[in-house]
Amino acid sequence: MEEVKQSDQAYHYQEEEKQYSYLNLGPTHPATHGIFQNVLKMDGEIIVDAEPTIGYIHRAFEKLSERRPFNQITPITDRMNYCSAPINNMGWHMTVEKLIQAEIPKRVQYMRVIIMELARITDHLICNAVIGVDTGALTGFVYMFQQRELVYEIYEEICGARLTSNIGRIGGFERDFSPKAWEKIHRFLKEFPKVLKEFENLLERNRIFMDRTIGVGGITGERALEFSFSGPNLRAAGVDYDVRVAKPYSSYEDFDFTIPIGTNGDVYDRFMVRQGEMWQSLSIIEQAIKNLPDGPFHGKVPDFYLPPKEEVYNNMEALIYHFKIVMGETDVPKGEVYHCVEGGNGELGFYLISDGGRTPYRLHMRRPCFIYYQAYPEMIKGSMLSDAILTMSSMNVIAGELDA
Amino acid sequence: MEGTGLEKTIGVLNEKFEGEVLHAAMLYDFPTITLKKDKIIEIIKFLKEHPDTRYHYLTTLCGIHYPELNQIAIMYQLHNMMSGERVRLKIYLPAEKPEVPTLTTVFAGANWMERETYDFFGVIFTGHPDLRRILNVEDMIMFPLRKEFPLEDQVREDKNDTMFGR
Repeated sequence: MEEVKQSDQAYHYQEEEKQYSYLNLGPTHPATHGIFQNVLKMDGEIIVDAEPTIGYIHRAFEKLSERRPFNQITPITDRMNYCSAPINNMGWHMTVEKLIQAEIPKRVQYMRVIIMELARITDHLICNAVIGVDTGALTGFVYMFQQRELVYEIYEEICGARLTSNIGRIGGFERDFSPKAWEKIHRFLKEFPKVLKEFENLLERNRIFMDRTIGVGGITGERALEFSFSGPNLRAAGVDYDVRVAKPYSSYEDFDFTIPIGTNGDVYDRFMVRQGEMWQSLSIIEQAIKNLPDGPFHGKVPDFYLPPKEEVYNNMEALIYHFKIVMGETDVPKGEVYHCVEGGNGELGFYLISDGGRTPYRLHMRRPCFIYYQAYPEMIKGSMLSDAILTMSSMNVIAGELDA
Repeated sequence: MEGTGLEKTIGVLNEKFEGEVLHAAMLYDFPTITLKKDKIIEIIKFLKEHPDTRYHYLTTLCGIHYPELNQIAIMYQLHNMMSGERVRLKIYLPAEKPEVPTLTTVFAGANWMERETYDFFGVIFTGHPDLRRILNVEDMIMFPLRKEFPLEDQVREDKNDTMFGR
């Protein structure tokens, strides 16, 4: 008994004497894939504590949008999660459409689903490829980036832009998908499954990859819910919450798809959930193309949707609407509305308060990254430095969305 | 969600917190309840644990400034994933001294959301473990999302905005 006590004291003595080293990971470090700073308190190579600092690219989106008419806020939303910008755009359009209670034709909803699922594929594809890079598999990354390029060409064909797409309008699309866009979509659908399969073969059952990722950076489902996780990170922890199913928007109820979930919430599960979602997205796109209804490519919301140029020059009414929209003189109903979409990283919500003026009175964006990144110190405690890098990339923290 | 969620939540609230509800309405598809500010944390905890509501997920939290009322509203948005019901709770605080107890005791995820609200509106969340600025620089002296800080430079003379709204 006496002996045990003595050794206990000796242990405590050692604890006090222990010296920690501090490591500054970031703000600009090639392995953090963005501007994040973490001051890590290290015991040898084990992380004892982490102190994240964010806000390096804060651009005051919420303040900016208080001075911009509704259509001018779309480009702001692009710059949040720039890996899947079209989803942000669509989320914003749908929020405004909910506010003005616009009716959106079925065809537009299906076209939106196609674009949103393409964006989800690019988002997950980058995230998974980067997990590969951080475990040392650069090949998959280069290979997958070629496929992202194909999707960006589709965006280009539809809206003219690539990364910050500003795609669509409030009420629909500015033009129908051109034959060339359809051709590119079909080409992507034909080529991508093969590449994705190869990527899967490269990593999914790869001994090195599995050793590096299984059991790393895990979080339990309960803890994830307490931290308000959403999206693939929550699903990897075993909670099957997906906005597309829980509260379908843009006709998601018409499609048949499953939600892949994980069990441990670790890096491998997150990787597998994203991988599964890409296959589901492909199937949704195929269903949408197969069942694409005929009809107009925009809804009847003349107060918000810019009329075609020929009409502006030849039609009095169109000219009036054009003037009103460009000068931001449209009447907007008063009210407050919350709309959420399943973004690349989870529930992307727009909480819009309108007081009837030309701009929102207040626009709050629920950015999934910002909310779940706060669990990062807890997730990396007790792990190695190299695992911390891997955990960050598997959480898919996008600096633009984090800092707004 | 056709109003039933709202009535149910009000019913549950009245079990224990009679008289706390100031106003309740469906705003578009969203039940919104305005409450007195004093017992907000107890109320959220109660709604989280009550078997009828079980709002176990904090979707988001933000501030809204109303200069003409001289008040800052805090909006909490709760969610029950099993039933798909959501509720929005609002409290109003005086703009000179906005203070409210922290929600981090109930939801760990409220930590950064509250820091963000502090950062932009200057709302003091008493009992918060680490109430510092989060997105803006540490030595900033103002709370930028308050309406008294206009977005554009006020000394500019080349631009006349009087014709076009805000």
